[in-house]
Amino acid sequence: MEKSSYIIKQISVFSENRPGRLAAIAAALRDAEINILAFSIAEADGFGVVRALVDRPDDAYRTLTDLGFRVSFTDVIGVKMRDEPGGLSEIASVLGDAGINIEYAYAYSGKDAAVLILRVDQVEDAVRKILDHGGELLRLPIKS
Amino acid sequence: MFWNRAMETIRGDELADLQLKRLKWSLHQAGKTGLYQRKMREAGVSPDDIKTLEDVERLPLTTKKDLQAGYPFGLFAVPLREVVRIHTTSGTTGKPTVVGYTRNDLDNWSELIARNMTMIGLGEDDIFQNAVNYGLFTGGLGFHYGAEKIGMTVIPSATGNTRRQIEMIEDFGVTVIHCTPSYALHLAEVAESMGKSLDSLRTGIFGAEPWSESMRSELERRLGVKAYDSYGLSEMYGPGVAFECPERDGLHIWHDSYLVEIVDPATGERLAPGERGELVITPLVKEAMPLIRYRTGDITRLMDEDGCVCGRGQKIERITGRCDDMMVIRGINVFPSQIEHVLRSLPEVGDQFMVYIDRVKHLDEMTIEVEMSKAAFSGELQDLARMQKKISAELQNTLGLRTAVRLVEPGSLPRFEGKARHVIDRRGDA
Repeated sequence: MEKSSYIIKQISVFSENRPGRLAAIAAALRDAEINILAFSIAEADGFGVVRALVDRPDDAYRTLTDLGFRVSFTDVIGVKMRDEPGGLSEIASVLGDAGINIEYAYAYSGKDAAVLILRVDQVEDAVRKILDHGGELLRLPIKS
Repeated sequence: MFWNRAMETIRGDELADLQLKRLKWSLHQAGKTGLYQRKMREAGVSPDDIKTLEDVERLPLTTKKDLQAGYPFGLFAVPLREVVRIHTTSGTTGKPTVVGYTRNDLDNWSELIARNMTMIGLGEDDIFQNAVNYGLFTGGLGFHYGAEKIGMTVIPSATGNTRRQIEMIEDFGVTVIHCTPSYALHLAEVAESMGKSLDSLRTGIFGAEPWSESMRSELERRLGVKAYDSYGLSEMYGPGVAFECPERDGLHIWHDSYLVEIVDPATGERLAPGERGELVITPLVKEAMPLIRYRTGDITRLMDEDGCVCGRGQKIERITGRCDDMMVIRGINVFPSQIEHVLRSLPEVGDQFMVYIDRVKHLDEMTIEVEMSKAAFSGELQDLARMQKKISAELQNTLGLRTAVRLVEPGSLPRFEGKARHVIDRRGDA
């Protein structure tokens, strides 16, 4: 229970790699008054996945699905980093030493801290390790 | 009017006897080529097995690929010194196909053109501007010799320099023009811009590309002609294989020279009378390059068995397309139905798809766009890439071709009402 509340629902949206697709997604979220906290785009051959942390993931899921987008939830964790040299290194070392693989990551620099969004292969282990090392994790619900 | 009434009106047993006799001769002629020695052996059939016209179904089909494999002279059944002319196809679908003609072939060919033009009332009093490509394309010389045969005054204007073409029509009092329907539209536009009304023109012969009935009305209105559809293909000499009579309801195909079948383009099986499918032709009088059951790739159907009010025999419907979008990609025949079948077997994707064919560095490239199904999206990029690979591998298994698969957003592919057009061939665009 404790650990799972640190697991955040990221929305992943399939998008063709062509002009206007991100705009369409962003406009849909704007119209639903959903705030995007962080996002990244992963791209492959002709298509991509838009990944976003939003303040209301369930509403975002419904809104985009209703518009015909393919959307799914992905479990990620948000680690607060010291916004100074070595901040990323610490976290990456903790996970690396524990044999936890980072599948992808993206970051945003917020008001009080830099946050690293991580998709890892063993999410519960990752939460435990980071907390054990005195790390700080984002919790639900995320406040913008 | 008839050019050769006996052959144009032959029907019933008399026609069947003639066709069988000529079919046997054609098989004998074809047997002189390595291709048909091999194909007949593989099909386990010998020319002696063909005792009735129905037996033709036992003969192997011939594809464009077979012809391309024989490049350049592998399909000639006569020594090259008996070949008096060579044409080639444009090579838009791979290697060019080479076709050869003996002196008799050229006579036969011009005879067919003469029949066509006489059938629509043309003759010695007409001035004929032949505004198609001369040279390797069969349309130029093919019509040229046929028109001369019936004594028309022939202007071999070929293509290009549209203003000059229009001046000639006006100055020479041209009554008949032959060109592609799209060039005819261009001519009409330029003539209008020049303020020329082309009053002498009465007849337009249009072919080499499919054109619709609405195109017909537009051409007739703007050029002041009666427009006739002409059908042919280089493998069957060129233009002249089938042609509209004044009824303009279907095309007369010359049954004394061509044995016609309609097959299912996917299976090659003969279809029931009147069904629409791929036109398969066995030429009956070709000397230099005899062919057996050649798959034209053109979609049509055989019309009323009783023939036409003009007195000639059974017609084919105007060509409605290329073999339900049959594609020849790197020499391999691909049908959209095969692609549809593969996609339907994959739960990851929806039924909608589009096929794009491009020519990249002289190679055909096929790209297939599919929409992923709702359940299939995990949110992970690598799963999408895996899915893409799987679809591509399944397609390669079935088609024998490497294809690029593009995943597109649901609902983004066109939906069709009526006949679907799943294929966009962009090879001619460059």
